[in-house]
Amino acid sequence: MIRGLVRFLDQRSGTAPLVRKTLRYLFPDHWSFLLGEVALYAFIVLVATGTYLALFYQDSTVQVVYHGPYVPLQGQQMSEAYRSVMDISTTVKAGLLIRQTHHWAADVFIAAITLHLLRIFFTGAYRKPRELTYWIGVTILTVALLEGYLGYSLVDDLLSGMGLAIGYGVALSIPFVGANLASLIWDGPFPGQHAFFARMYIAHVFLIPALIAVLLTLHLTLVALRHHTQFRSRRATERKIVGVPLYPGQTPRSLGLFFAVTGVLFLLGGLAQINPIWLWGPYHTYTSTNGAQPDWYLGWLIGGLRLMPGWDFVIGKYTVVPNPFWGGALFPLAVFAFLYLWPWLERRATGDTRYHNLLERPRDAPVRTAIGLGVLTFIFLIFVAGSADRIDVLFGISYTAQIWVYRVMVWVAPVVVGLVAHRVCVELQRGELVERDRERAEEEAAVAAAGSR
Amino acid sequence: MGRARDLLVSGALLLAGRRRRRSEREPTVPPGASNPRAELAAVLLLLAGGLCAVAFVAVYALDRIPDQTQYLGLSLGLSFLFIAAALIVTGTRLVSTEEVEDDYPVEEHVTEQETIAQVVADSGNRLTRRRLFRRALLAAGGALGVALLTPIASLGPVLDVDPFYGTPWKRGRRLVDETGRPWRASDIEERDFYTAFPEGADKEELGAAVVLVRLPKNDLRLPAENAGYAADGIVAFSKICTHAGCAISLYRSPLFAPNDPGPPALVCPCHYSTFDPATGGTVLFGPAGRKLPMLPLRIDGRGELRAAGNFDGPVGPSWWGVRLRGAHA
Repeated sequence: MIRGLVRFLDQRSGTAPLVRKTLRYLFPDHWSFLLGEVALYAFIVLVATGTYLALFYQDSTVQVVYHGPYVPLQGQQMSEAYRSVMDISTTVKAGLLIRQTHHWAADVFIAAITLHLLRIFFTGAYRKPRELTYWIGVTILTVALLEGYLGYSLVDDLLSGMGLAIGYGVALSIPFVGANLASLIWDGPFPGQHAFFARMYIAHVFLIPALIAVLLTLHLTLVALRHHTQFRSRRATERKIVGVPLYPGQTPRSLGLFFAVTGVLFLLGGLAQINPIWLWGPYHTYTSTNGAQPDWYLGWLIGGLRLMPGWDFVIGKYTVVPNPFWGGALFPLAVFAFLYLWPWLERRATGDTRYHNLLERPRDAPVRTAIGLGVLTFIFLIFVAGSADRIDVLFGISYTAQIWVYRVMVWVAPVVVGLVAHRVCVELQRGELVERDRERAEEEAAVAAAGSR
Repeated sequence: MGRARDLLVSGALLLAGRRRRRSEREPTVPPGASNPRAELAAVLLLLAGGLCAVAFVAVYALDRIPDQTQYLGLSLGLSFLFIAAALIVTGTRLVSTEEVEDDYPVEEHVTEQETIAQVVADSGNRLTRRRLFRRALLAAGGALGVALLTPIASLGPVLDVDPFYGTPWKRGRRLVDETGRPWRASDIEERDFYTAFPEGADKEELGAAVVLVRLPKNDLRLPAENAGYAADGIVAFSKICTHAGCAISLYRSPLFAPNDPGPPALVCPCHYSTFDPATGGTVLFGPAGRKLPMLPLRIDGRGELRAAGNFDGPVGPSWWGVRLRGAHA
């Protein structure tokens, strides 16, 4: 039967040689190589659950009165969009499971991409000939952040509205064109016209997912064309790749990981509540609440917006740089500029234009590790600063005092961390040299002892 | 058991079926010892996965049981996880996991590169005025590109920023609460915080909502340009934060903030921009780069609050032109 099918397909597509090669495609084995796969599987879950949600969601801001089963909101004015998500969460059978799984999958998707990026960065996997793969990967991350933001904005509960208000503030703050751009996107000043929700919706369910799918395809194609990187071993060298073939070795493992990721996401979606939209209530421009935190992957931007001291850059009567630009636009732009430019910067600094199939351990490249950890510390501290209000509430530590500490720390700590990391890498390298010398000496001693006997 | 193993091995290709006869040629996959216990484990795990999937359907079919979402998630999640476990047992115990070697692809194809460049270069050799041709192509392509992007301008009034200065307030307009009831000066008490709207206006417009607070008259230190804005110690400010446009919904009076003692302040919960109502809405702390727009108030003959004019500046987050003009109706 298999023979028959293979013959049938080959006679009609001529792909037997390609398939044969594909079956023997090698996957070097290391746990950290699975992070990108986790992201891919989360994306599949996102598309599947998202499609289901789209069958019920209404992208309408027409105001209606809620008469659904959730008593505290009965009789309240809300948009049709919010009511439809309330219905998904209450009256649609399995709707809440799918919605929560979708939300969890989004959080896991971006977490997996971020961890994958850290792995790629700290092992130097982005080096020639894999810069294109890396740049496409970084682009997927930027697009995924926007996609996640649009996703929770569509719900049109209080959290959505506050997030959109901030997004509007940041868009408005873009020098010279902010008001014009915002006017174009929202069709006038905030909260905009009805068409705005239609725009977010088509972007969230079609434009951006399609873009991510195209970028993913390119990313994976490039990975396959250049083959995977690997850590050095006795057999694995710059010219020889050592790994488990796609079939039969890798296939059950990857499928198993896919099923595991999906299973965990459904468990989370069923058992771990996420974004209880009924507690937020509908959004109005004149309402807000404290304790509203965005999804984790936007926390660094909240931190950036909060840490910035209160000044607009003004020349004459022109407000050249309104404040939200610094923390909400310039900060992420700088981080992504760093990520995009890094392979080129490193090549400029080291003059290394060789091909690399072998990965470096963080200690093998102390400068890269130091700079990477420094930048990471900077972003992480700003991320943590975004939760200073919660620390104030929970532990009674003054918010303003915390903010002043962070304003200093975000500049000092990265330098300290970088210097320490560099030192640790160098010491680890030295330690290995000593260890190697000792082993060699012991071997020689053993040989000498055997000879003298 | 052998049948089950073969099923698993070929199952990944969704072609469940037994290999009828072994090939007489050298095996392409290295042979190994069979592992009946692992096979049994995989089969049992698969059955457990199937059982959980059936349970999901059963839970779904039940009408509105308590905690239905939890049971649905549990059954579906476990179904996936059991199958995952079966696949991982298969991948680690039942198929060859031997690592093999292969060559990395060649670094580059120098002759092909040369050929491609040559083909591209030579294909234009009938053109005598290449530069002109290239410029014409660029001009046509650029113009067509711009033309195709033009309809984007229909999305919104890209050049008209006048609405950004607009608010629904004007002299004499009454202040009402969310239900439309007019606010009386006597309703407004110290250490409390009230939201008001212009009577009959769209409440969702950014320029609509204001916050009302009453301060002891001696504590008011309004700057000259806001002299006369307060009415009997009551002051009104735009409710929309000048930083990023969230609603200012916190009123920090010493009563509420043991960690941040200080004068009463209006605080936005998004990024904690903090404004001083006593000095006309100046920024005390936080990222806001501009004071909170203040609305002049008066009390009419019936004791109701009315606007005595428009805000002293545009409402909402800043943009390039926010300091060019004032707010208008």
